[in-house]
Amino acid sequence: MSTKVVIKQSTYFDSVSLMSLSTKANQIEGVEQAVIAMGTDMNKEVLKNVGLLTPELEAAKTSDLMIVVKAATDELCESALIAIEELFKKKGGSKSATEIKYSTIDSAAASIPEANLAVISVNGAFAAREARKALENDLHVMLFSDNVSIEEEIALKQFAHEKGLLMMGPDCGTAIIGNVALCFGNAVRKGNIGIVGASGTGSQEVSVRIHDFGGGITQLIGTGGRDLSEQVGGIMMLDGIKALEEDEATKVIVLISKPPAASVQEKVLAQVKSCKKPVVVYFIGGEETPVLEAGGHFAKTSKEAAIKAVVLAGANEDELNKRALNWPLIEEVRAKLTPEQKYVRGLFCGGTLCDEAMYLAMDKYEDVYSNIQKKADYKLKNIHESKAHTFLDMGDDDFTNGKPHPMIDPSTRIARFLEEAKDPSVGVILMDFILGFGSHEDPVGVMLPAILEAKANAAKEGRHLEILGYVLGTDLDTPNFDEQVKKLMDAGVTIASSSTNAGLLAREFVAKGE
Amino acid sequence: MSKINELFNGKIHAINVGIEFFKDDIIKQNANASHLDWKPPGGGKPELINALDKLENAAVAEKIAAANKLAVERIINSQPMLVGFDQAINVVPGMTKTTILHAGPPITWDKMCGSMKGAVTGAIVFEGLAKDIEEAEQVAASGAITFSPCHEHNCVGSMAGVTSASMFMHVVKNKTYGNVAYTNLSEQMAKILRMGANDESVIARLNWMRDVLGPMLRDAMKIAGEIDLRLMLAQALHMGDECHNRNNAGTSLLIQALTPYILETDFTKEQKREVFDFVASSDYFSGPTWMALCKCALDAAHGIENSTIVTTMARNGVEFGIRVSGMAGNTWFTGPAQKVIGPMFAGYKPEDSGLDIGDSAITETYGIGGFAMAAAPAIVALVGGTVEEAIGFSTTMKEITTAENPNVTIPLLDFQGVATGIDIRQVIQTGILPIINTAIAHKDAGIGMIGAGITYPPMEAFEKALLAVTETISQ
Repeated sequence: MSTKVVIKQSTYFDSVSLMSLSTKANQIEGVEQAVIAMGTDMNKEVLKNVGLLTPELEAAKTSDLMIVVKAATDELCESALIAIEELFKKKGGSKSATEIKYSTIDSAAASIPEANLAVISVNGAFAAREARKALENDLHVMLFSDNVSIEEEIALKQFAHEKGLLMMGPDCGTAIIGNVALCFGNAVRKGNIGIVGASGTGSQEVSVRIHDFGGGITQLIGTGGRDLSEQVGGIMMLDGIKALEEDEATKVIVLISKPPAASVQEKVLAQVKSCKKPVVVYFIGGEETPVLEAGGHFAKTSKEAAIKAVVLAGANEDELNKRALNWPLIEEVRAKLTPEQKYVRGLFCGGTLCDEAMYLAMDKYEDVYSNIQKKADYKLKNIHESKAHTFLDMGDDDFTNGKPHPMIDPSTRIARFLEEAKDPSVGVILMDFILGFGSHEDPVGVMLPAILEAKANAAKEGRHLEILGYVLGTDLDTPNFDEQVKKLMDAGVTIASSSTNAGLLAREFVAKGE
Repeated sequence: MSKINELFNGKIHAINVGIEFFKDDIIKQNANASHLDWKPPGGGKPELINALDKLENAAVAEKIAAANKLAVERIINSQPMLVGFDQAINVVPGMTKTTILHAGPPITWDKMCGSMKGAVTGAIVFEGLAKDIEEAEQVAASGAITFSPCHEHNCVGSMAGVTSASMFMHVVKNKTYGNVAYTNLSEQMAKILRMGANDESVIARLNWMRDVLGPMLRDAMKIAGEIDLRLMLAQALHMGDECHNRNNAGTSLLIQALTPYILETDFTKEQKREVFDFVASSDYFSGPTWMALCKCALDAAHGIENSTIVTTMARNGVEFGIRVSGMAGNTWFTGPAQKVIGPMFAGYKPEDSGLDIGDSAITETYGIGGFAMAAAPAIVALVGGTVEEAIGFSTTMKEITTAENPNVTIPLLDFQGVATGIDIRQVIQTGILPIINTAIAHKDAGIGMIGAGITYPPMEAFEKALLAVTETISQ
């Protein structure tokens, strides 16, 4: 056993710092006992108790720093002393300037007076409470969380309405406010078209198409999918229309929703009627007459909604590249498919994209099944088994319960795709790939191996499998739109230029004997 | 312009709660976003969330806000003055020759931890109620001694908090509200009674404190009249103390104020010299003084109907107890005392430590100590080692407190006041516990202090308090 002593004269350290150093010194490899302390009587007493007090230490003054190391060998003592010297050297600039962390909306709002919006994505059980606190603090709310009860939604929206605040959501995935996309959204040009959307991917699609047609967005207000239900009564859509009407930059307003409850549709159209700005109404699967009667502009598809909006906003319709349906392509694909390959299988991340494709198929066929079908007879009893034409919203709760959304975790969709690809009655599989803020960093890339595998298997069986892809995104988005499209095309996937065209192409590819 | 249109035209500054990359995406788009360090309120326990909801009912919340405003005003406006020193038997309410006060919530002899037992037996010997420690144990167990929490006698006691009849006490009077608080004298550091040591050297020191130090301070204060402690506390913080574990500046200020009067007392030069040497032997001399100040201010805020402000945090080495203003009297809410994590004296290991003990958390209850770590960069080793972390602790505490005390400020934080008025609702809401920096006593009797570090109260105590307060207030 060896003991080494170092005394540094007139070197002061606070006792707490020294305790901390001692603790670290005792953890040095090979150290039996280490004491780093000022030469006070009390510390000498401690050294005496542990049998380390030498005459040299006894002579140390209160202002002297004592370093004592006990280890198995001289070498270990020496190396420990070197390690102790290192402990005294402070690594400066340890961290960047402290960013104050707030734990509650109350304290953040109180300390950040310029805060004007809360984006809330906590578990649904706690979400309404946080949203209420945000509204109490005069913050507009983007409530991404789902599993918030309809009673809570109504209470929050009424409260927001009284305070003149936006209450987007619950279950609101998309908004663009002041050219800032919140949660999921695409990078679209600034312009003069305002959107109020009760459906997330539908709103994304319309904003992207507007950008594609050369137009731009002022605001995109998401309302959450239940806003136009009987119970909620369209509180946020009505407030949204009003706000866009008052917004000087907005020239045209676009409304997007699944078909609203009848009484709510009446309220919304009444507001459309009194609105001084042109309003394009795209209620998926909705009827034209009431919209026209209200003086609105009816759109049957998302693409039509975007075209009408940009034209109303000042674009020259004749100069638009409307990306007409490619009929020669349709003929070509039809020729490749066998008579048995009758069905479309749509596997979607985007709920509205699924809805639009499904409604377009329903215009042509009877037997269109889905997990989100309104018609009870055609709602899939077993979501894990497709029937005839099947369109699946894989972002719906049926699929996501306890699992991440397919936009984030593609594994469920990959498995389902491989199943569908084996079915000889399937002519075309339609899939969406959503780019932009909040999306997967490479949505095409994660699907690609499965696509190649399915294609190869079908070829082995002498069967053509048509895979139709739609990439929702703009040239400004991340990941890069062109690269994503190229990857799909290189894998032999046919690309649709819009959600609408995707639905139309899919249904036409499998049409027989016309 | 409507609020929605203001939003359209203004610059987005979002508060993001939940998925963090939403914040990153907003920042990428050249807007501002602040991400909350959010946890489910009440740890996600439905009964606690229900309770919080009940307390957020507008009418109830208003009552609480008014009560809490009054409570923190009383804490902040309290002006505790040191007015004297005297023996406990002469001044402490309810004190008898066979009473022993202890730290923390009520506890019986059989349940006391090692260091408290050590201190109790030492005190019994010191008071002449037993001839040695062995006999003292029998006396303690016999039922002849009345054990009672310091807090229930307007007192606070460091570590084991053991206070007996003939010990000298600080007498601190609230100039604003008139109430009085007491605490005994610092024995300085290491092998001392309040840390559980009780050998002859410890008893000898207590005797000297009773016969020389105490009377000298008593006589000095008779001449001095009063000393404004709050002013001195504010100064000490500016000089780099947080006034729980670092008392270098405060001790200098206090002895500086007392010295002229000590010199005027009738004690011998040698005795005066002893006193000055004693004070110089450690920097902890003023430690208990601040505790009495804090107790004096907080007692003035106790018993305000509907208030959710914490007026006491104290530990007996087994249990941690809190009292809440709205629950008048001695209603304790308890949970298990926690380990204290921090640097230790050479030769001791974490397994030697006793659990968190002492009434000294009264300093954190007032807003200094762990709450004011940013004022004391010299001892940041206690809280992890960096000044940033120390600042972080001081600013984080604002999340669970109601006000900042403008009379006690921290230079490093642009002279912001210390976080004051712990609100049990905010503790449950945020999941943030008050940080306490404190000494570590050995787990066994007879050894004493072996280190210092940080600890937290058990959440359980706050949970129980919230549920009880909710029931009381909603009625």
